[in-house]
Amino acid sequence: MFDSLSARFSSAFSSLRSRGKISAADLDATYAEIRQALLESDVALEVVETFIAQVTEKSTQVLSTIQSGSNQASAIFDVVNSSLVEILGGSARRVRFSKNPPTVIMLAGLQGAGKTTLAGKLAKFYADQGNTPLLVAADLQRPNAVTQLQVVGESINIPVFAPEAGNGIGNPVKTAKAGVEFAKAKQYNMVIVDTAGRLGIDAELMKEASDIRDAVKPDEILFVVDAMIGQDAVRTSQAFLNGVGFDGVVLTKLDGDARGGAALSIASLTKRPIMFASTGEKLSDFDIFYPERMASRILGMGDVATLAEQAKKAFDSDKSAKLEAKFASGEDFTLEDFLDQLSAMSKMGSMSKLMGMLPGGGQMKQLTKGANFDESEIVRTKAIIQSMTPRERQEPKVLNGSRRARIALGAGLKVSDVNNLVDRFSAAQKMMRQIRNGGVPAGMAGMGMPAMAPKPANIPPKKKSKSGNPAKRALEESQ
Amino acid sequence: MGIFSKFIAKIKGENAFAPSDWQDLERELLASDIGPTLTQSLLDSAHKVKSENAQEALKATLTSYLSTQSRAPITNPEGMTVVMVVGVNGTGKTTSVAKLASNIKSSGSAVVVAAGDTFRAAAVEQLQTWGSRIDVEVVSGKPNGDPASVAFDAVKRAAQSQAQYLIIDTAGRLHNKSDLMAELEKVKRVVEKVAPVSEVLLTIDATTGQNGMAQAKLFAESVSVTGIILTKLDGSARGGIALAIESELNIPIKWVGTGESEADFAVFNASEYIEGLLA
Repeated sequence: MFDSLSARFSSAFSSLRSRGKISAADLDATYAEIRQALLESDVALEVVETFIAQVTEKSTQVLSTIQSGSNQASAIFDVVNSSLVEILGGSARRVRFSKNPPTVIMLAGLQGAGKTTLAGKLAKFYADQGNTPLLVAADLQRPNAVTQLQVVGESINIPVFAPEAGNGIGNPVKTAKAGVEFAKAKQYNMVIVDTAGRLGIDAELMKEASDIRDAVKPDEILFVVDAMIGQDAVRTSQAFLNGVGFDGVVLTKLDGDARGGAALSIASLTKRPIMFASTGEKLSDFDIFYPERMASRILGMGDVATLAEQAKKAFDSDKSAKLEAKFASGEDFTLEDFLDQLSAMSKMGSMSKLMGMLPGGGQMKQLTKGANFDESEIVRTKAIIQSMTPRERQEPKVLNGSRRARIALGAGLKVSDVNNLVDRFSAAQKMMRQIRNGGVPAGMAGMGMPAMAPKPANIPPKKKSKSGNPAKRALEESQ
Repeated sequence: MGIFSKFIAKIKGENAFAPSDWQDLERELLASDIGPTLTQSLLDSAHKVKSENAQEALKATLTSYLSTQSRAPITNPEGMTVVMVVGVNGTGKTTSVAKLASNIKSSGSAVVVAAGDTFRAAAVEQLQTWGSRIDVEVVSGKPNGDPASVAFDAVKRAAQSQAQYLIIDTAGRLHNKSDLMAELEKVKRVVEKVAPVSEVLLTIDATTGQNGMAQAKLFAESVSVTGIILTKLDGSARGGIALAIESELNIPIKWVGTGESEADFAVFNASEYIEGLLA
């Protein structure tokens, strides 16, 4: 039940890959597996069936020209991948800017899809690119939706046009129209109109949305949809398409563990591209939707492109350059550098989120029982380093027993935790020296994530412990 | 007449159903969001059904997947009943808190609500607006304050005003974010220092697909969910995932939300729900 789409795809394809030559029965089994996987991720049955038929036809053509089994497997994989990308929207489309500003963007969707938060994210995204957006509070239905938009606007320094208090009072059509007029007069180059959430089957509210549309003549109507939506995505998106019409789709809450299904159904049935993806609680957790990345993610190939981008954002380029220079000049990697890297890593997001983006990460997650990585391990490691003096961070050699005991006290941890870190760190340092000197390190263990590093019991002692070993002594003293 | 009824009519008559009828039935079952596994199991049962009462037999099969747990609200016989409402963002927690408070109030009990969603912009104001609409006291703290401390203060405040019920609203969170789930556990732990939490209600949005199962599973692991509020059942979605949750996790649906007003809230009715799935 909990198998993610990518895990199922991965297993379907790995069983294919292990075959010498692929038989018709192998193919049928694989398609059955893909069908089940798509259904479990909420893709509508009609879309699943069209997809499978399409893929079957294409791969039959391709297979006849290929002899070896493993090439066949990768050919099928390519067919599935390219079909997914095709349905998900080919290449990402950008918002069409109006020749006569302001460019008007109207948001529509079900209650709770995340429109108001998204309005803020969209405004920030375009303001960061040098535009001057104005937010218009035309959700006068939900209690305090107007206040929510005002708070959001304030936090990102974007003005909010909100003449009506909302909570059921005021005319949203007039508000939206006045908002656009206001933007024109004040020369904002973009207007984002937040509207009330509504059900696809509510004719009256749907009419109100189309009245807003007619009043503001938006350049883009974006349909905001929760990535967790089930089979109702079909009816709802159709109802919005017929009722208000929309030019693009925004998927929200993609940082959850539901993924793919709704996107595939909506894109395939409405033929509208998915333009943006919303991926977190912070107003900066927002990006253009990349069909190739989504398809890769669905197929368990990981989302390395996104990961690399996040890394670039999180790692301070100055610091990285300094670290590289330092490394090249023969200086040692210090605990201070390690701390910087840990901080940058925590900025990129939770380990489990990062894991999901790595190739095979889906399966790796399963190996670890789908459990979270022990995120607190990073916090603990940082606490230990932060409890050290600058000198200790530069020269871990000075860490004698009493220093270690003090650090453990400062970090609120045991002396053995401090010892572990120092041991792992010296192993990593040694390995980096080897790399620099052109040698190949004996084993990669010891480096990398603290949580993944082997337990100290697995590391053979490097030297016979001398009497007065600070680590040992501190441990004894603490007991 | 729904596709399901049409199908049943065919079984009743001549047993003349073609493979395309089975496909239609499968499509219809899948469209209710009960998921491919339950759908398969139901189709298997349907294949075995022969007789006049095919419709009843299938309804009975669906009903057999429901949880065996009691659906009655859990109260604290020794004092104030504390109810926590939890769930993913946008599933209707705040609205459900207000509706539940209104329901309890109209049954004659004194109720206080705690605005524990200190994270989302204007969530506190949203609940306060509801509070004045339904005339129920709302205890709140500072925006971005510690939700556990708001809840803790609310317990004291509710006890002072001799309320019989305290309903705690919480911030929406995705179940796969371990830090946010830990925060929720903390709220419950802190409240339980001063008063037992009798009931933890999870809001499940009827439009949610198979991910609802993961939501229910992880929230249940974190804060021992005692019941489900199935929200937004007034749309075209049928909320079939709740049946899958009942069947797999044995958590009962207790309340159903069907609209934007406080009156659009009712005790779960199993036979209406099952019929809705097959509509």
